[in-house]
Amino acid sequence: MSSGVNKKILVEELNFYYGGFKALSSISLGFNENEVTALIGPSGCGKSTFLRCLNRMNDLVSNTKVEGKIILDDADIYASGLDVVELRRKVGMVFQKPNPFPKTIYENVAYGLRVNGIKDKNYIQSQVEKSLKQAALWDEVKHRLKDNALGLSGGQQQRLCIARALAVEPEVLLMDEPASALDPIATTKIEELIHELKKNYTIVIVTHNMQQAARVSDVTAFFYIGELIEAADTDTIFTNPGNKKTEDYITGRFG
Amino acid sequence: MEKLNFNTVKSKTLFQRRIAEKAAFYIFRASAMICASALGILFYFLIVRGYSAINWTFLTQPPREAMTEGGILPCIIGTFGLSLGAIIVALPIGVMAAIYLTEYAKDGKVLRIVRLGINNLAGVPSVVFGLFGLALFCIYFKMGVSLAAGALTLSLMSLPIIIGATEEALRSVPDSYRYASLGLGATKWQTIFRVVLPAAAPGILTGAILSVSRVAGETAPIMFTGAVFFTPSLPDSIFDEVMALPYHIYVLATAGTNIAQTRHLQYGTALVLIALVFMINILAILLRSRLRKKMKI
Repeated sequence: MSSGVNKKILVEELNFYYGGFKALSSISLGFNENEVTALIGPSGCGKSTFLRCLNRMNDLVSNTKVEGKIILDDADIYASGLDVVELRRKVGMVFQKPNPFPKTIYENVAYGLRVNGIKDKNYIQSQVEKSLKQAALWDEVKHRLKDNALGLSGGQQQRLCIARALAVEPEVLLMDEPASALDPIATTKIEELIHELKKNYTIVIVTHNMQQAARVSDVTAFFYIGELIEAADTDTIFTNPGNKKTEDYITGRFG
Repeated sequence: MEKLNFNTVKSKTLFQRRIAEKAAFYIFRASAMICASALGILFYFLIVRGYSAINWTFLTQPPREAMTEGGILPCIIGTFGLSLGAIIVALPIGVMAAIYLTEYAKDGKVLRIVRLGINNLAGVPSVVFGLFGLALFCIYFKMGVSLAAGALTLSLMSLPIIIGATEEALRSVPDSYRYASLGLGATKWQTIFRVVLPAAAPGILTGAILSVSRVAGETAPIMFTGAVFFTPSLPDSIFDEVMALPYHIYVLATAGTNIAQTRHLQYGTALVLIALVFMINILAILLRSRLRKKMKI
């Protein structure tokens, strides 16, 4: 991993259980500030579960248990007394399937600001415009901000969801296979966007697409059956993996 | 391996299978027709027998001459008031109860008991509601036979329908909306109020209106609690007694001074009641499609 960079998030010895099933076992991994980390691995390896631990989205699943530590800027996010609502504002999330609210395009982006108590109309308006521009969607929607968001194409909806996440100015952006439901052109747009966004954000992206991991990420972490097999610079992982399993997976021998 | 030969293996002929296919189709279709025609016949019956009673006087005047003449205005107003009162009470309580059950309550013994209670409430015979309303609202809370007591009794009856419809509507809201909202730093309550409820609104409103149309036609719950045999004056307050359409039909048909002479008035009243219920249902359908259109472009 690249050295001399700040660790935005540090995961230490993380175990995660769905009931009696241990889905993640002793994962330790750091995420560098202003870098893109890709989580790869076959289906069911725990990479999405791991991603959802980072903003405590797994709290919503009943009968689960977490052990270990996740340190975000020196504070354990699983410490008692930590405000989950505040955590989720700081750690934004983009989901696999575009999930805009059945509201107008404008209200979708403004939503996060409104629920966080912001009332200043001018501020909301400028933030909506800024976020849509960051998400490279502004030019396509600026004339129809009052239209329902569900009328947008799939790729536009996903960029709207990214804009919606950006509007509350998170510090970390989690992306759970953000392009898997999109066509190649929309995928390219999302990937270019990720490239732009890492200047300001720490990004963690789960992907099934190895080429995508190679294209967008600085660091790649390979998960297999609930364990972190290997994490290293993306170049290293794809050219000179340290582990036989990693090599087998990225060369398509299994998974 | 030997190739399958339909002539040597015991099998139904294609002809037999075609007959069975046709028979199944016609039996299913006949069943659907019977259901639809029940409504058609009922309507035909009511219109043929009742239309002669319907005129402007019938709709705008109180009954006269021991209810053999005049109209049914107090009954229309009474039924309207009872239904409106029931929905005003039952809708907020029912929706809030459903929100608790689907969004907040953790699966467990308590939830199962509460749910069982609500489901059984739907199975309580309406006359039992009437007696219960009489004991609780009229006597214990000293409301007497009044619009308020009748409306409260009807609201109890409509609760299970409203809760059921609301729960279904809430469950049909995709979890992805909830996750998206919570992921942006919204609290649970903000998520429910700003995203889940608006998305569920068409279903909730439809359920609420249908529950009104159900209770509007009930006789037993109001006959001890809200409705009276005869009162020519319209209610001034919610503690006045009222006349109501279903009870009026019952009275004319069983206890009137001249049952045979008022036959056409009975059918006329029934026709007005059915028309009222139908109008409420159509309102529900229009409202739902309007709201749905608003949600989905």
